[in-house]
Order: sequence, then structure tokens, then C-alpha cells
Amino acid sequence: MSSSAQCHNVLNVMCPMHLILDRDGLILFAGPTAQKLLPDQSMIGRRFLELFDIKRPREISTPEALRETAGIKLHLQFRRPPHRDLKAVLMEGPETGQMIINLSFGISVVDAVQDYKLTAADFAPTDLTIEMLYLVEAKSAAMEASRQLNRRLQGARVAAEEQALSDTLTGLRNRRGMDRMLADLIANGEDFALMHMDLDYFKAVNDTMGHAAGDYVLQQVARIMLNEVRSHDTVARVGGDEFVLLLRSVDRPKVIDQIATRIIARVSEPILFEGQICNVSSSAGTTLSRHYEVVTADQLLGDADVALYESKSRGRRQHTFFSEDLRDQSGGAKTPLPRAQAPQI
Amino acid sequence: MHGLVNRAIQRFVVDSYGAPQWAAVARRADLGFVDFEAMWTYDDAVTPRVLTAVSDILDRPYDELMEDIGNYLVSHPNLEALRRLLRFGGVNFIDFLHSLDDLPDRARLAVSDLVLPRLELREHGPHQYSLACEGEIPGCGHLFTGVLRAMADDYGALVFLEHMGAQDGVETVSIALLETDFTEGRGFELGAQAS
Repeated sequence: MSSSAQCHNVLNVMCPMHLILDRDGLILFAGPTAQKLLPDQSMIGRRFLELFDIKRPREISTPEALRETAGIKLHLQFRRPPHRDLKAVLMEGPETGQMIINLSFGISVVDAVQDYKLTAADFAPTDLTIEMLYLVEAKSAAMEASRQLNRRLQGARVAAEEQALSDTLTGLRNRRGMDRMLADLIANGEDFALMHMDLDYFKAVNDTMGHAAGDYVLQQVARIMLNEVRSHDTVARVGGDEFVLLLRSVDRPKVIDQIATRIIARVSEPILFEGQICNVSSSAGTTLSRHYEVVTADQLLGDADVALYESKSRGRRQHTFFSEDLRDQSGGAKTPLPRAQAPQI
Repeated sequence: MHGLVNRAIQRFVVDSYGAPQWAAVARRADLGFVDFEAMWTYDDAVTPRVLTAVSDILDRPYDELMEDIGNYLVSHPNLEALRRLLRFGGVNFIDFLHSLDDLPDRARLAVSDLVLPRLELREHGPHQYSLACEGEIPGCGHLFTGVLRAMADDYGALVFLEHMGAQDGVETVSIALLETDFTEGRGFELGAQAS
């Protein structure tokens, strides 16, 4: 075997992606993997610099300049589609003027194995490319498993929020929290007042000044309510601008009326949000648990709602106690909540 | 034990016998939950308890069950990603056999806290090998018998496998390679990533 043929054999096994150039930069020989870059044609006889664009170091356009780069890392781009980036290193060969270039796909190997249908046999046995491809797949599989865990955790978080008893915007109890509190009060046979309150003109604030202003108003209203009630009372936001107050140990209805009136007055004061004035007011209706022989949540909420409706029809910014007359007036036309049992006052 | 191992057992039961059977296993093993998380670490005692529960509920001998799980891990379409990762071990079945010593290290490269049984391939003569398996869970030799059987099929090789029993916690599987190119086998392209 000639020394040149032996050299080819050695290089084919140890660096299958090599090229041998003559002094003029013509390709004399291409290793089996290098040849795969041009699947339909032979590389032999082509000009190296016509096939590969040297990105770094810059301005290598002659075989002489190319020879100067011996030993340093070259960044190349193949001039044919899909224009993959390659890494390379050049050394002068044993024969005069000869240059040997070893190529590598670098990080683009993940795409290159698909582009050129490469197999394990296209890489030197010591090459870590196969291990790298293995790692890429193993990491994606592990990452996918982690992503699934994150998705499930996210789902659990949403479910937990749904089960939460507080309203995240105002910190008040939410509808669920109020329902629970109300059920407890009824079960314990406590004497309490249920006040249904909603904001007037809130929609206008939301529509003209934006949701941020609306949210701010709700937070301020919540603060006012919490300031006006006593520590053993419960305030809940049960809908967009609807609130339910559960006021405990009420001996005198007058105290309830005072609380309602103070809240209504303070809510009606202008609220300043980012230099703009938000004007809302509120209306309220209350029913007292002591007026029922059989107390149900639906009944209380429905009757408080009837009283609230009365406040609104009397020109808003009012507080009304429920009475049987009111229901007779509303004539059953307005049945905000289902009635479970006939009222017995 | 790593959640990936427990999760694999769960997937085996669900994919082969259905979710209700797995729910019964979870109850029998007293897990307190139904689904294992793959990326989680569980108490080491959980895995043997689950395997015993699977064996009881499915009414299958333990060793046979372990071999079925090994076979499932490689051959079920739902676990194509795992088959591909194993195929990275070698271009043919002999190459693959020689890569088994590295398998625990390879697994750790991907998931740093995943500990697989220690494996050692011995060559006894032309086409005659044995694989020593030393793991925390009894029956890992049977599990690898299943893995090897499915991988031989995958590579298209004809093999005769036999579990030779255990000694000092090391289980040995004898491997007689009768033919390397018995069938076409299943394809493996470096660039075709399993989704």
C-alpha cells in the first residue's frame, strides 16, 4: 500500500469528515462523511473556497490565506442549501503544498443527521456525537416529563383557587366563603342580619376609566366596609360589585341601619384613582334572621335582595329593611333567588 | 426510588391491563394516591410494595411479571422514546450488549438522580454471553431478560435467554446469540426523534 493510500485509510477511520486539498485549494480527496455533504456529486476536483464560505477568521479568499490559518478553529458555512454552519481545523499534510481539513457539524449536528441521513457509522468511534444526540433526546424526554408535572401542578393551583374561600382582589370572603359562613350561622341558630349591598354607577367607572380603576374602587369599598363592621362580622364580595355582610349579635336594628348608612355615605365620597375621580354610590337591603321560624340561606338572600331592590327603586343611596309588604309589592315578578319555603314571620 | 421507575410500572399496568386494574393496585399497595409523578422521588419501600401488589392483582408470578415489564419498556409504542435511547447504545445487537455496562451512567447523564441496576456483561465464547444484574429490587435479572428479548427483536437478532438465578444479590442472565441478522428488525434513524 502506498503511503498516500495508507494516509487516506487512516484519515477515513479516524476523521471520516476530512478533506485533502492541493496547493491551489482544489479538493483531492474527501472522507466518506465529508462526501455526504454533496450527495449527488463528487467533491473531488472542486475548489474548497467555492463550496465553503469561511466566516471566521474573516476575509479568507485565497488558498494562501487559507494555509495561514493552520491550527486554528475555522467557522465555515456550506454554500449549498441548507447552508449549515460547520467547524473545521486545517493542517499542512505530509506532501508538499497539501492541506488536510477536518470538518465537524458542531452544534448543528442535530439537524445535520436529518439533512444528510447520517448514521453511527458516519462518525469516528471516538467521536462523542452519538452520545450528544443521545443526550439531546434523553434531555427532551426528561424535560417533557417535567413539563407534565408543571402542567399538573398548574392545574392543581387553579383547582385550589376555585376552592378558595377568599376573593383575591379585595381579600374579602368570596361567594363560597360567604355561603359557608352563612350555613354555619344558620346551623348554630345565631341571631344575625344579612345585608345585601351593591354599587351604583360601578359599570360606568369600569367602562370609562378602565378595569384598573374599577378594581381600585372595589378595593377601597372593601376597606370601607371592613372599617365599618365589627370584628365578628363577615364581609364578602359575592359578585362583580355585589357584597353580602353578615352582622352578628344584633339586638337593635338601629345599629344595623347606622352601619349601612355610614358605609353608604363613605362609599359615595369621591374616590381618587391616578388623578381621576371615580364616583360611585351604594344601595343596601337587610333581613334579620330572627324574623323567620325556619331560616334558610336562599330565603335570607332572596329577601335581602328584595329590600335592596326597594332601596334602588327609591332612588339609590338608601338602606331598607325587608318586610312582608315589600315582597307583596314586588308581586313575585322579581324572584332573584329560588324560594325553598314560604316565609313565616 | 425514582418516580420514573414507579411511573413505568404504572404505565405498564395501565397500557396492558387498563386503568381500573392500576387503581386496584394503588389501593392494594396502600399508596394513598393513584398517579406516580415521573419527576419525583419516592420512598424506596414503595416500589417492592407496588410490584407485589401488581403480582397479586393481576395474579401473575412475580418473575414473569418482571420480564413482561422489561419487554413492555422496549416494545410498547407509548415508550418509543425509551427504545430509541437504548438503540443509541449500539449499531447492532452485539454492540448493544457491550454498551450495557455503561447504561446506568448513560441514564445518570440524562436524569442525574436516576439509579439503575449495576450491569456487567461477560463474554464466555463466541456468541455466548452472560449479564450480571445487581439492583435494589429483586427480579431485576428477569426485568433485563425482558429488555434483552425485546431489544434482540428490535435489532432483528435471534437469541436464547435464560435466567440463571441469583447469588449474593446478583442475578445472572445467560445470552446465546444464535444469529445477528435473523430478521430486518425495526429501523433506527439518528435524526428521527420520537415525539
